[in-house]
Amino acid sequence: MNLSIFDTVPDTELRVSSAGSAVSLRGVTKAFGAQTVLHGIDLDIPAGQFVAIVGRSGCGKSTLLRLLSGLDQPTGGTIEIDGRSSGWRDRTRLMFQEPRLLPWQRVAANVEVGLSHAPRGADRRRLALEAIGQVGLSGREQEWPAILSGGQKQRVALARALVSHPRILAFDEPLGALDALTRIEMQALIEQVWQDKGFTAIVVTHDVTEAVALADRILLLDAGRVAMDVAVDLPRPRRHGDPAAAAIEGRILDRLLGR
Amino acid sequence: MKRALPWIVPLTILLLWQAASQFGLLADQVMPPPTAVAAAFWRVSRSGELLHDIEVSTWRAFAGFAVGGGIGFVLGMLNGLSPVSEKLTDSTLQMVRNIPHLALIPLVILWFGIGEEAKLFLVALGVFFPIYVNTLHGVRSVDRQLLEMGRAYGMSERAIFWRVVFPGALPSIFVGLRYGLGIMWLTLIVAETISASSGIGFMAMNAREFMMVDVVVVSILIYAALGKLADSVARLLERTCLAWNPVYAEA
Repeated sequence: MNLSIFDTVPDTELRVSSAGSAVSLRGVTKAFGAQTVLHGIDLDIPAGQFVAIVGRSGCGKSTLLRLLSGLDQPTGGTIEIDGRSSGWRDRTRLMFQEPRLLPWQRVAANVEVGLSHAPRGADRRRLALEAIGQVGLSGREQEWPAILSGGQKQRVALARALVSHPRILAFDEPLGALDALTRIEMQALIEQVWQDKGFTAIVVTHDVTEAVALADRILLLDAGRVAMDVAVDLPRPRRHGDPAAAAIEGRILDRLLGR
Repeated sequence: MKRALPWIVPLTILLLWQAASQFGLLADQVMPPPTAVAAAFWRVSRSGELLHDIEVSTWRAFAGFAVGGGIGFVLGMLNGLSPVSEKLTDSTLQMVRNIPHLALIPLVILWFGIGEEAKLFLVALGVFFPIYVNTLHGVRSVDRQLLEMGRAYGMSERAIFWRVVFPGALPSIFVGLRYGLGIMWLTLIVAETISASSGIGFMAMNAREFMMVDVVVVSILIYAALGKLADSVARLLERTCLAWNPVYAEA
């Protein structure tokens, strides 16, 4: 279903599946002027994995995410998505910390922004409404963003990211600005759509609890290098306050705080 | 009662004005009573003179506005989007902006005589700057994060302009539009009063020669009404176009 929107993409693989892509980084370096932010990152993320990247401010985690979503180019090394080193930008979507909705467009039109690469005449409105339903905002399609709550705005942003059926969804601290209860709700929503769609999810966060609650695997970035690579092999859905989760969280926090 | 409140002061002034004329406190040569002004209004509108003059003045105003506002809008957009264009023209325009456009009247009369071109030129020049400055400001203040989002989501440059830059600049453009409309009428009044053979300003100056103070007052009121009308239309447009913005949305 909904495959018509990919008509411009010459890759047949995209037509048959909107599941996840495998990501492979080899010696990826990023420097801004004289300052090197990422030092030769080697990383393999299997298709459909849920990866969380944690680290202190300035450790390079947001930079890594921007490279993975094609917003910036690496200074050195290669990034391959499904074995291809270029032409993969339409497969990834980035969700920002802020909703970044166009205030002058109603909810449905904002979600349609996610279909910008699709050819005209594609059934944009229907796809948008479907995505709005997936994030639980059916009936709010014609609202202005200004009257939505912070959590609802972020749901619209999620719908905008999902509507093109990306194979990789990157999140840059998407829940950082939300209150605690809304955060838990959004975490559940993200987990649920990830399980439904099977995309590869990469979440940057500085909340280790959130990382443990959501991810299959946690990468700890320190000074531009992967300092820790932890598998989180816990059954889903995970309950808050689970002792096994707390143990993993403790290990990561110890490393982060240098204890 | 609440609706009547704003009308109390103007109505009282009108009554006092009428009374002052009635009791001989206000000479007719200085200020004719409201009833005489109303009679004059009736007289000039029945003869068709008023309608013709309003038509001429309105055409001048909006033709000048279209030319000056159009150029201001295009240059504002261009300079907001292209650093090269901005470096090339902005400092020159800022220098010219410091010349009061009405100070050019003697020069404009030398160039164009007292024909239509002179008035169009002055109105266009007066309207240009508020539109230019506010368009430029609007484009510059467009949220960078939205631009980045547009690029990340694969919007074309065209789509970014029409869906991000232009609507983002629109509130500021409307400020320029309303300010420009004010300058438009002001410039026209001055230009028509100095030299014209038709239009509301001409009607006023003509009436002055014959000491018809009532007609002079009528022309002043017509200017006020036209200005108010233009502003109301701009406001209505603003409310319609900026309905997404809680500041402009109707309560």
